[in-house]
Amino acid sequence: MKRIFSLNRHLIERLGFGLLTLMALLTVLPIVGVVIYILAQGAPAVSLEFLTGFPHDGMRAGGILPAIIGTLYLTIGTAVFSVPLGVAAAIYLSEYASDTGLTRLIRIAIINLAGIPSVVYGLFGLGLFVLFLQFGTSILAASLTLSIMTLPVIISTAEESLRAVPQAFRTVSISLGATRWQTIRRIVLKEALPGILTGVILGLERAAGETAPILFTGAAFFLPRLPGSPFDATMALPYHLFVISTQVPEMPIQIQYGTALVLLFFVLGMNLIATVIRSRARAKRQW
Amino acid sequence: MNKIVIENLSLQYSDGTESLRDISMSIRTNAITVLFGPAGGGKSTLLRCLNRLNDLTEVKAVGGQILLDGENILDPGTDTIALRRKVGMVFARPVVLPMSIRQNLTYGLELAGEKRKSRLDEAVERSLKLAAIWEEVKDRLDDPAIALSGGQQQRICLARVLALQPEVILLDEPTSGLDPISTGKVETALQELKKEYTVILVPHSVQQAGRTADYAAFFLQGELVEYNDGKSLFTTPKDKRTEDYITGRFG
Amino acid sequence: MEKTLNWREFIITRAIKASGYSAIVFVALIFFFLLREGLPALVEVPLSTLFSVRWYPIESYFGILPLITGSIIVTIGAALIAVPFGIGTAVFISEIAPRWLREIIKPLVELLGGLPSVVLGFLGILVLSPFLRRFLDLPTGLTAFTGSLLLGGIAVPTVVSIAEDALDAVPRSYREGAWALGATRWQTIWRVTLPAARSGVLTGIMLGIGRAIGETMAVMMVTGNAPVLALTPGSLFSPARTMTATIAAEMGEVANASVHYHVLFFIGMVLFIISLIVNIAASSVVFRSKKRAERVLS
Repeated sequence: MKRIFSLNRHLIERLGFGLLTLMALLTVLPIVGVVIYILAQGAPAVSLEFLTGFPHDGMRAGGILPAIIGTLYLTIGTAVFSVPLGVAAAIYLSEYASDTGLTRLIRIAIINLAGIPSVVYGLFGLGLFVLFLQFGTSILAASLTLSIMTLPVIISTAEESLRAVPQAFRTVSISLGATRWQTIRRIVLKEALPGILTGVILGLERAAGETAPILFTGAAFFLPRLPGSPFDATMALPYHLFVISTQVPEMPIQIQYGTALVLLFFVLGMNLIATVIRSRARAKRQW
Repeated sequence: MNKIVIENLSLQYSDGTESLRDISMSIRTNAITVLFGPAGGGKSTLLRCLNRLNDLTEVKAVGGQILLDGENILDPGTDTIALRRKVGMVFARPVVLPMSIRQNLTYGLELAGEKRKSRLDEAVERSLKLAAIWEEVKDRLDDPAIALSGGQQQRICLARVLALQPEVILLDEPTSGLDPISTGKVETALQELKKEYTVILVPHSVQQAGRTADYAAFFLQGELVEYNDGKSLFTTPKDKRTEDYITGRFG
Repeated sequence: MEKTLNWREFIITRAIKASGYSAIVFVALIFFFLLREGLPALVEVPLSTLFSVRWYPIESYFGILPLITGSIIVTIGAALIAVPFGIGTAVFISEIAPRWLREIIKPLVELLGGLPSVVLGFLGILVLSPFLRRFLDLPTGLTAFTGSLLLGGIAVPTVVSIAEDALDAVPRSYREGAWALGATRWQTIWRVTLPAARSGVLTGIMLGIGRAIGETMAVMMVTGNAPVLALTPGSLFSPARTMTATIAAEMGEVANASVHYHVLFFIGMVLFIISLIVNIAASSVVFRSKKRAERVLS
């Protein structure tokens, strides 16, 4: 009797583990599938001409250069605003703030920023940057919108890396006559840099792939030339993919897959760089 | 000659518990003054007052003053940066900064604005020699300091303080994590150092207190129980509690 | 020299402190602009119209109920997928998988979190919806369910990473205690580890659902965009339209400061408030459990 009981228990365990394994596989395999599928379908479309040419024939032929350049501009623009602000905010939280009500309010605000739907950021960008500040539908407005959306990712990863730097380094530095800022700049930031960089790249990766926040703030359906100033609208890879897969009839399928592949390459490339920085820093770390 | 005069110093933690109670003592130059007693007696807290390192933690002075060369360092207008260059500190756990040996040594000087390479090199060699570690590291000054042994690291920490040419050196149980040989080297270095500096040491044992003290102060629960020259205090303590502690009846 | 240094330090410190408050400023600014542009809708559109079942802006029908039910049904569908798969994967990673497998699965799940939603929407149109149409024999593959499937995938990484952190934080001694009492690993997972990680898992679920409600592009591309009231489970398999998709699809074409424009901002305001509630609830679960842990430890 007891034997049967324990047999049952182990049978249940085996079945349960099998089920969980299956679920994990069902979660993970489609991801691999997506990447491989886009790679296989998109690779034939990608050529030098595709990467460096302008679209023509109503975007049904030619290249996607303006979208690639546009995404680069937007990513750089986002970095220009969000990195200094995000890292400074992280420094404040890790090095200056004490556990007061205000600090808790800041943390709640960061959590909420991270949870606001991307399309709501788009509305906000439209209201503040495009209309109120009269930047127009522009790279500047779109970059600012993406920056605020990216901010919570950068703040929280940067704060985590700053906090990981041993407290003793700070005490020693201060005891040797360093000011607080000197200590942060020469010791804490230096040690936390790889972690901060990883967070920055992951944040920018998200920004580069976003469509909704730039829909009404800076994305252009089609431009015959590259944007000339931050006040110009721009094409961008994710928006372009959206456009050619839903708005343009009789769009050649290879161009769609090719565009998806380039976008994926952009995003995964950044992801890979972040991973490499993180693992190399871990190996080199002296504490 | 008195380098530091502490007058009626009382300290509290931010939660209101008392840390030091009405301490008054004078610390002489060119001597090793030992602050000892059971844990929690307030020795380290007192030490950290002398270079205002307590500013970083939740401790506040509620009364009294500390005169360094006649000036009250607890005064809010005190230039703490200059004070910390003048009053160096070695911690219980050796903490080398994550950089090369040389950079560890020049860190404080560079912050103070010294850029001349010859001066920096000079300071590196002089202070490493004073800390009795020159011979061991002179050929690998550009290696990461973390690669050294614990005992070597602690002497690097001492040298790092010396490089700033301070006037007072505070040591908070500097040998607590070290083997007897390294401990011996540090203690020998201290005997050399007192010729030029004012040395204040929180020892990690009564034995070390006895070995090193020119002057000794016994702290118990935030109170200075007894303060005398080392020899008298360890051979003929006046207070019963001091006697009990050094003969090992408690603590 | 000393003086200039202090001056610089003073400015830098000020700048850092100001940056620290920026998150509060931005949340307030976002709320302010949503109110500013969204509240006029309440004046311009009678409440009875706003909370009606017909969304047809060209003829001034601004009933947002179909959009709300659309968001709800797509999100429920997504939760039904993301919760079991998310928790299952988290348990698998933290309790069952050998180390090497964990090192493969975790980055892959993170990768899913980083995939642009427009790419998923794109594949949803080209691959998933034709497949579902044939497989389920539907008139169209662009349904709420298609959106739910994609959204489930988008929400899974959030659930997995937070739930896995929580499971990881359960002290090893809890599990060892259960094993010592003769529990199998399976029983330990269900009766000890998961309950101990309860609050973290709950936070993960809430944030995952929050992510699903707010997701825009993938949903807009695959749900068919039909603003019909979705009240029965059957509506899961017909086209729907979410609040987010409505904003994204229509904002580009409205005149500034028109009624339609204000209503879209009003919808954005509703979304903002939903995300505020979800996030504050999720973070207060975390805070509460932390306090309990502190009480136990002290």
